[in-house]
Amino acid sequence: MAAFHFELVSPEKVLFSGDVDSVVVPASEGDMTILKDHAPLMTTLRPGVVDVTTAGRTQRLFVRGGFADINAGGFILLAEQALPLEQLDGAAIEREIRDAGDDVADAKDAELKRRAQEKLDKLNELKAALRI
Amino acid sequence: MASLKDLRNRIASVKATQKITKAMQMVAAAKLRRAQSAAEAARPYAERMEAVLANLAGGVAPGAQGPALLSGNGKDQTHLLVVCTAERGLCGAFNSSIVRLAREHIYRLQQQGKTVKIICVGKKGYDQLRRQFDALIVETVDLRGVRQLAFGDADAIGRKIIGMFEAGQFDVATLFFSRFKSVISQIPTAQQLIPAQVAGAASGGAAATSYDYEPEEGEILSQLLPRNISVQVFRALLENAASEQGARMSAMDNATRNAGDMIRKQTLTYNRTRQAMITKELIEIISGAEAL
Repeated sequence: MAAFHFELVSPEKVLFSGDVDSVVVPASEGDMTILKDHAPLMTTLRPGVVDVTTAGRTQRLFVRGGFADINAGGFILLAEQALPLEQLDGAAIEREIRDAGDDVADAKDAELKRRAQEKLDKLNELKAALRI
Repeated sequence: MASLKDLRNRIASVKATQKITKAMQMVAAAKLRRAQSAAEAARPYAERMEAVLANLAGGVAPGAQGPALLSGNGKDQTHLLVVCTAERGLCGAFNSSIVRLAREHIYRLQQQGKTVKIICVGKKGYDQLRRQFDALIVETVDLRGVRQLAFGDADAIGRKIIGMFEAGQFDVATLFFSRFKSVISQIPTAQQLIPAQVAGAASGGAAATSYDYEPEEGEILSQLLPRNISVQVFRALLENAASEQGARMSAMDNATRNAGDMIRKQTLTYNRTRQAMITKELIEIISGAEAL
């Protein structure tokens, strides 16, 4: 399969940069597979899992707050948060969700509560994305 | 003339200070390396974001009223200054030079009859600005508990700024921070956040590629522009962190060298005094013996 250039960049670092065969992204209006010579496209992403296929091998990454820019030069994926799936562990996430739930319940002021709630929401998004 | 004991004490205390400054210099050097690599790692994201925004902004029809975050709300009355400084001192003129730049800016705006509001990020800038502009400071952000700066920290500040903008509390936002050029040179910089300054947006050259948008253009812009502000804040904070450590490193290097000079001078005085005392005692003994 013909390869094209793909980059996955988060504010903290570049997670992936190289030639790939295909990328499946959870776009805001439905999943889509990007192949070589895709028409120029900009789209926002739902929180979800991105599959990157290179020479038959697939890498899976969780992406939140993503934005895709596909043009003739290649495919750039900007993500607010991105994590390789193998670094995630279902049990650990469950535990964190429980902790975050407790934090929301014990939060003393509105600001702390908002932050805890935000964390809980993010974790729930993550969990939902992993169950696909 | 100080006694021998006084001199000895003084030398010992300068030596202790020298050890501290030396240690601080080495710690700053280690932290600098980390801060620098963090700043470098963040660069690609900011660059791509800029490119994407330039593409998008190029697509917005010229003359049409774009989103307020991109083209401003048409007013220029109330200015918000976001002044990013360090949480700690002992880093040379690092904090002062950022504050000085901000202060000049405030005076200029006030002369033009504009209203100024300030958000202080970092305790040191707040301490310095509070003396003159206490009434203007609307928010302070404390990053003291933060060990490794994460995007979330910047995002919280970015959201605060956008919230204020949407509530109509200001018209133009400017970010003050120190750009890291090298260990010995950090440049205090003012960067306009709102309305966004998009490189090459005016040229419209990027419109050559016609994109498909999903969802539509306006909606993407309205998602991307707030994020761009957080990204700019994040980049500023990272540059600041690297600059701070660089400034501290060279300040502490100077301090160590000064302490070394002082020790050398004091040791010389000490030895001279000691020799003078010995000579004096000898003269006393000899003249005593001669008198017999």
